[in-house]
This record gives sequence, C-alpha cells and structure tokens, in this order.
Amino acid sequence: MGVAFDEMGASGDGCRPGYEVLKRWLESTPPDLLVTRRAEAELLFRRIGITFNVYGDDAGEERLIPFDIIPRILTKPEWNILARGLEQRTKALNAFLADIYSKGEILRAGHVPDDLIYRNPYYRPEMAGLKLAHDIYVMIAGIDIVRVDPETFYVLEDNARTPSGVSYMLENREVMMRLFPDLFAEQRIAPVENYPDALLATLKSVAPRSASSDPTVALLTPGPYNSAFYEHSFLADKLGIELVEGRDLQVRDNVVYMRTTEGPKRVDVLYRRLDDDFLDPLTFRPDSALGVPGLMNAYRAGNITLSNAVGTGVADDKAVYSYMPEIVRFYLGEEPILKNVPTWRCREPDALKYVLDHLPEMVVKEVAGSGGYGMLIGPAADKKTIADFAAKLKANPDDFIAQPTLALSTSPTFVESGIAPRHVDLRPFVLSGGDKVRIVPGGLTRVALKEGSLVVNSSQGGGTKDTWVLDA
Amino acid sequence: MLSRTADNLFWLARYVERAENTARIVDAANRLAAMPIAYAGESNEWESAVAATGTLGLFKSLGKEATAENVVEFLALSPENPSSIRSCLERARVNARTVRTALTGEMWEAINGAWLGLRDFDRLAGDRLKLNAFLTYVKEASLRFDGSAYRTMLRNDAFFFSGLGSFIERADNTARILDVKYHLLLPEHESVGGGLDFFQWSSILRSVSANTAYHWVYRESVKPWLVADLLVLNEQLPRSLSACYARICEFLDELSLAYGRQGPAQRVARSTRNRLQNATLEEVFQGGLHEFLTELIGENTRLGQAITDQYLA
Repeated sequence: MGVAFDEMGASGDGCRPGYEVLKRWLESTPPDLLVTRRAEAELLFRRIGITFNVYGDDAGEERLIPFDIIPRILTKPEWNILARGLEQRTKALNAFLADIYSKGEILRAGHVPDDLIYRNPYYRPEMAGLKLAHDIYVMIAGIDIVRVDPETFYVLEDNARTPSGVSYMLENREVMMRLFPDLFAEQRIAPVENYPDALLATLKSVAPRSASSDPTVALLTPGPYNSAFYEHSFLADKLGIELVEGRDLQVRDNVVYMRTTEGPKRVDVLYRRLDDDFLDPLTFRPDSALGVPGLMNAYRAGNITLSNAVGTGVADDKAVYSYMPEIVRFYLGEEPILKNVPTWRCREPDALKYVLDHLPEMVVKEVAGSGGYGMLIGPAADKKTIADFAAKLKANPDDFIAQPTLALSTSPTFVESGIAPRHVDLRPFVLSGGDKVRIVPGGLTRVALKEGSLVVNSSQGGGTKDTWVLDA
Repeated sequence: MLSRTADNLFWLARYVERAENTARIVDAANRLAAMPIAYAGESNEWESAVAATGTLGLFKSLGKEATAENVVEFLALSPENPSSIRSCLERARVNARTVRTALTGEMWEAINGAWLGLRDFDRLAGDRLKLNAFLTYVKEASLRFDGSAYRTMLRNDAFFFSGLGSFIERADNTARILDVKYHLLLPEHESVGGGLDFFQWSSILRSVSANTAYHWVYRESVKPWLVADLLVLNEQLPRSLSACYARICEFLDELSLAYGRQGPAQRVARSTRNRLQNATLEEVFQGGLHEFLTELIGENTRLGQAITDQYLA
C-alpha cells in the first residue's frame, strides 16, 4: 500500500480545489488557537449531551464521539457525481427489494443466486407478495463511500436497515458554525439544516392511502439503553414527532394507536429505529418486549407504513452487495455511476482459495456484520490473528466476503502531534419518498484517528468531521 | 402528549422532591442526634428518621441496627433502598434522559449535573463535614431543578404533570413527618414543656424548612398545635398539606381545561382540598391527628393512582 491520496493535497506544496481557503487558514492559525477551539467544541458537545453507548463497555456507558475541528471538503462537481450515483443506487435497491418480495425476476434471470436471497437470515417470508404503498422499501439509506484517488469513489456498504449518524452531521455543522464563523463567511457552504424537513416530507409522502391528508408520524425507539438513543430523541425533537417505545403503541382492528394523555391516537407512519426481529413478538421474536404485538397485521393490512420496510436487510447484506452492479443494470438499464469495491464471495470455491492465499493483503468481513465488528484487516493483523481467521473462514465460507485493502483517502486532522493526514470515509443519507429522492449535500465524514488505521467506526475509536460541499 | 412521557415527567418530579425531602430529614436528625440527651431526649432519632421516609419496614428487613452510620448510609447512598437519595437522583436521571425532548435544556442540565456530581460522594458515614456538604448539594440540586422548571417550561401539560408529581410527593412527605412525630403533638404532652420538646418540634419544622416561617407566622415560641396548624392547614406555607392541595387542584384544573374534560382525579383532589379547607385544628385533634394524617396519606395515594389511571397508563 503506497501513500494514500490526500484530499487537501497536503503532501506537496499544491492544494486541491475547494481546500484553498481552509489551507490558508490552517497555515496562518497558531496551534494553540486550534487547541482552544477543540476544547470549546468538546464543551459544546458535552453540554448538548450528544453521546453514544458502547455495548460491552461498562466503564463509560455514555461516551462522546471524538470530533475533529478540521472539515472535510467536497467541491460541487464532485458532489454532483456522488448525488447522481447515490440516487441511482437507491432506486436500484428499492426496485430490487420490490422484485425479490414479488416475482423474483432477477433471480429467475440468473443474475443473483436465489439461495443467497431465500436462505438469507434477513429475508422475511412475511413480506412476500405484500404490496407496499409507493413500492418503496428503503426510505432512508446511508451509503458508505470511500475514495482512493481524485476520480474514484467506491461504495463500501449500503446501509438499508436503520442507518444512524445523521444527528452528528447536523450537530457537527452547528458547532462548526459557532466556532468558525469566518470560514463560513468566506465561502459558500451548502447547508444541511434542512435535513429534518426533508426527512419529514419523505416520511409523510409514504403514508398509507387510508391515512388522513396530514398523516401522523412517530419515531419508534428501542429505548434509552440503545446505543443510538440520543439520535432518536434528537430527530424526534427536530421533526416535531413523538418518540415512542413499543409499549406506547397498541393495535386494535389492525390500526396502530399511541397511548396519549388524551386517549388513543392513530399513527400512520412509523420511523422505526428497531430491528425487524423485535418489531412484533407475534410474528418475530416472541421474547421481545420492545415491539408491538399485532404490528405486522396492521402492516399487512396496509394501515401503517414502516420506514424502512421490513426485510430490507437482504439489500444490506455484503454478499448481495457484490451483485449491485448487476442489480443497477438489470432494473435501470444504466451503467452504475458509483463503483463497487472488487469483492470476493467466499461462498465460491475459487474465490475462497484466492482469499485464503492472500489473507495478509485483504479485508475480510462478515456478510451480515456491521459496526466494524468481526472483520479482519490483513495488513494490520499479526500471524496468529490471520491463522485464527483463516480457520473461521474455512469453517463457514458463506458468512464472509473479502476485498482488497483500499488505500482510503486521507484528510488533514488535528491530532495530538498536530495536523496530520488520517483516513476518512463518507456516509451521505439518501431519502426516497413517494414523490422524489432527496439528498442533503454532505453527510457524515468518519475519520480513523489512529495513525494508519482504516477503521472509522465510532465503536472502534473513530471520530467524525463536518463535511462541506462547496456551492461554487 | 404520550402517556409514558407524562408518566416519566410525573415521576421525575417526584424523585427529585423525594431526594430533597430525605436530605432534610437526615439533616434534622443529624442536628438532633448531636445534642445532649437532656435536650434531645432518649428516643432514637435515627429510627424515626427512617420511619419518616416510609422505609422502616425495608430497613428492618435488612437486619441493621438504627445507628447514625447505618441510617445515613441507608437514606443517603444505599442502592438497596429505592428511596435513598442516590437511588432517587439516579432514577430521576434515567427518567429525564428518556424524555429529554419534553424537558428544557436547563432542566436537563440540572438533573444531569446532579447525577454527575453524585460521584464525589461515595462514602458519608462518619464524616460529618462531608455529610453536610452532601445534604446542601442535594437541596441545591432540587432547587435548581424546580427553579429551571418554573422559569423555563412552557405552561402546558408537561409542566402540569411535573408539578403534580412534585406536590403529591411533597404532601405525602409532610404528612409522614408529622405522623411519625405525632405523639409529641398530642395535647396531653403540652404540660411536659421544657427544653426537650422544644428541640423536637424545632426539628420537625427544620425538616420541612419551616423553622423561620413558623416564627414569622405565629410570632411566639414553638407550640405543638401551632406546628400542626402550620403544616396541615396554613396555605401560606409552601409545604403544608393545604398549600400542596391548592396547587394540585390548580394543575388538575389546567389539565381538564386543556383536554376539555374532567375525570376521577379532579374529583378526588377537590374533595381532599375541601376537607383541608373546612377543617379546624380542634376537629383534627379531637378525631386524633394520627387518624387524620393516616386518612390523608391514603387519599393522597388514591389521588396518585387516579392520575395514573386517567392520564399516565
């Protein structure tokens, strides 16, 4: 792996387009001012109480995600390509889900092996043959993008279940605007604060046909012990909708109501941040106390919209991911604008052999994994780790895919030793409504704060940055 | 609003109020226990402090002796006591976090700050200075919460449910403190007089922060029946049962106005309020103060249940 592409171009004297103002500012700003600003930023975040919970970590039940005060910048032309590619990709995802839960044409055409779908743990037979209002399954997608050179963006993952992180996109911007008003005055940075509005419009646009003209939307959370609870309450507040738990809801005659101090009130759209398994103990896990008994009946009766739909996890699967280029071509008849990372499906014997022979160079992921858990990063692993992983891989090859270790782009980051390049990714949020697709320019940039590290997940020591799309 | 949100607000306010009340009870017991027996009497001040918080049964079931150390630990920090100050503040904070969006930023900071600060007080028994600092800390946290609610909340149902929680808890507390000490207030004890009773009565007043108020209202030395009058019937004293019920009825009326209908909660509260307004001190003592208070504690509990059934369930 050579030297990674730096988005500011900091390795030489030059400066990449979009970064001129920032680079000048960084060069003329004394380091102690950066230290002060960083301390102020941290204070602001603590005061607001933006925290996340880390599972299996007793010591710090609620932690603050490290925030880097140096923004990550994209130019308008760069963003335009991304936006078109993201819209194309989510359209394909929605068409794919509508297809596999109805006729299964793509399977019959032989583009995707059907056992990969029907034996997938995230495939929900309950959804087969169910006609959804507007045929939209993934209203909210978080598509993880990485970059390796000026021209090449790869999609790393499609998060089609309950993607999180958008509250950081919004709060990071608020904090940056407070701390660096001059940088915002000197250039035109596309705003992100309209995201809650766009989200609410999207959710209302997919209301069931039986709903009133002003549908009631609520956000369903697993509760305060969930790692993303802060985000749930933050979004409910910004959207002006109730933050409900399963026990606040009841189903009568296949209609969903929430219990209020003024009696039951009908709910039309549930922005649910609860996994499929827990939604309805009558249909899925009977031991779940988080869900709503009878919710699936109301759903099947067409009296409530769940966002995202049930069963979207199939499209989230990393083995299915490897077929995305075919999926885009099959439904849209277009070439994919955003590339996939070359992917070896370990379920295929030839691929497995190649992967086992090249483990020290590869990144191996569980097909159903998320959050950076259970993955192997070959170049960073010692011999024993690799040998252990090889054994796991041989035992259950179906559970894994492998990719080359990408030289993720870096962005200047303020770390202990000063300003240094650190690897970043980007999670833009794509909203698909009954009327149109909405994408707020920007997203959540995650940064691996440890030198050389490629893991950006907040649960694994990653941080975040504000993401600026320059509006020419 | 969501019933659960209202329920959380109601209990959040109750926990904060309970934490403060318990702090005041410990404070009063601590002062009394520090006095020579000739002044304070031989009764076990610490046991009656536990009784005043309504947790004597639990305390005894733990098989502990009512020593200063054990009681302070039990009332202030014990995780075994769901009504200990720490338990109350922890539960208040869990509730607050769950309904963050229904609180103002100031209220959240008051609760979150109170909870964060608990870490500085891991052991209190045996360290009187630290105990005093802790009790002051708790009282200030509660004042800050109340103040920020009063100054920053919209006057809508969220405010009314939170207010109901505070005053129902407070009424319960005032009634219990009086009840535990009621034997001191019985008329036949009047003749005993002397220093002993004086300090006991003062201690009651102190535990409901009414020591100074008493003197402003009655302008005479501490008399048992006047203490009862102040805490039960005098609407000027913010902790008296009358004052609590005046506010409770006010909040319930606001709710029925906002929602356009009344229910059992309004009726139960109004009947208790009428009773307090029409009672005279003579009647109360004739029928027995203990009986009167026991009935009131029962009515107060029934009102809490009625509010739960009507709005929070």
